[in-house]
Amino acid sequence: MTASEKYVTAAYLVLLGAVLVYVLIIALKVGRLEQELADLTRTAKEKRGG
Amino acid sequence: MSGYAADVAALARKDLLLELRSRDTLPAMLLFVVSALTVFHFALPAGSSARAETGLLWIAIVFTALLGLGRAFSAEREQGALDGLVLAPCDRSVIWLGKTIGVTAFLVLAELVALPAFALFFHPLSWELLAAVALADVGIAAIGTLLAAMAAASRARELILPLMFLPLVIPVVIGGVGASVAANAGSFLGFLGLYDAVFAILCWASFEYVVTE
Amino acid sequence: MSTWSRNRNGRAGKAGTTSDVGVASERLAAVLAAAATGLLIGGLALAFFWAPEDADQGFSQKIFYIHVPIALTAYACFAFGAWKAVRLLWTGERRYDLESYTAIHMGVIFGLLTLVTGSIWAKVSWGQWWTWGERQLVLFLILFLFYSSYFMLRYSTDPGPRRERNSAVYALFGVVLIPVSFLAVRIAGTILHPTIFTHTGANLPGTMLVSFCVCLAGMLALAATLYHVELAGKRIDASLRELRELLA
Repeated sequence: MTASEKYVTAAYLVLLGAVLVYVLIIALKVGRLEQELADLTRTAKEKRGG
Repeated sequence: MSGYAADVAALARKDLLLELRSRDTLPAMLLFVVSALTVFHFALPAGSSARAETGLLWIAIVFTALLGLGRAFSAEREQGALDGLVLAPCDRSVIWLGKTIGVTAFLVLAELVALPAFALFFHPLSWELLAAVALADVGIAAIGTLLAAMAAASRARELILPLMFLPLVIPVVIGGVGASVAANAGSFLGFLGLYDAVFAILCWASFEYVVTE
Repeated sequence: MSTWSRNRNGRAGKAGTTSDVGVASERLAAVLAAAATGLLIGGLALAFFWAPEDADQGFSQKIFYIHVPIALTAYACFAFGAWKAVRLLWTGERRYDLESYTAIHMGVIFGLLTLVTGSIWAKVSWGQWWTWGERQLVLFLILFLFYSSYFMLRYSTDPGPRRERNSAVYALFGVVLIPVSFLAVRIAGTILHPTIFTHTGANLPGTMLVSFCVCLAGMLALAATLYHVELAGKRIDASLRELRELLA
């Protein structure tokens, strides 16, 4: 690969990497939100029952 | 409109009188700017150009302004007077204009010492540089006053004010240094005028949103 | 830069007008994601297989097909954020704060990508990772610093109407700063830092222009998709916090 091609590839990989990192962060966030929702549902049920 | 102008004049006069009596901010600004110029002398290796020295003058002005702006609303904050001002039956932009005039006055007073000191330490000044300083003072005071009011709501106000201020002041530095060193200072001075006009209008219009609860 | 059109896929008036994130919002997210995928893949395919190689710059010119769309998308995000900020100040509706914040967050991410891809392009073109002569990069540096301070302002201010209004006014300042800085960097070039480097030639051949436009549309759609997703996440976060307070 010529030097030119390496740099072009690097630039496109940066973009791809950024999007993938973003997806990862959102996935982690969704996990946290699900966890919190489960906690709140449990609290609500306890309040209802107790 | 005489009511508006009278309100603005009253506020500006109050700030200047306060400073005259307490002498908190202005002496510190004066001392700071002369100290900064001294540091700059040692920061410039031998053989540095006159243009580099002029550039550093602008840095001194920007940071002295920051010093003064940090205290722009401190009196009101300590005495809880800002709420009183905001509740007063006047257009909130009056507060901004009054403060801006006060800050401009402080800057000009500091420069009355700084510019001769610079001419003494480094090299003589040109008329273009003085014109640029005058125009820059207006722009710096205008945005600085608004940003100081914004920073007042923050928990880290001494840190956040310089952070917000510096990117906004870059065009002023470009205009100022350009006017000081360029062959045709006209376009740079024109640019400074444009900056002042645009941001003064923006600050004047948006101040009320920044200061109401 | 003048090829930037305002035909953004569904960007105006999206992202849910009520607090219940419903079916319409889901479908919009799917449409945006599909559009982004199609346009971006298609655009890049055109750029690599159809558009010719640049006579002067050679293969390295291909970076242009993502660097400039990313830059224009960042501008679009900042403008969109400022628009939402105006709506907040105008109407006082609190949802505009989250929308403005998310848009500016997108803008900063794309701005950072602009700086990185621009730096790589500078390295391959002129051998330096950074040059003050490339006006676009310098402008983005100023804007990146400005909008990073936006986040500092938000994090250091307690949540409430005060923070919302301050953020909105600051976002407005940003969008005014864009043309002012552009002008400033331009006149600075005449005296302070000579602009000896330029990337974009005066005329783009038709094939390059079309490929570029498709890439641009794709990048805008990508930003819209990510914006939508992030906004939904933030809204759910806020609703859950509200729910927690109600249950406590």
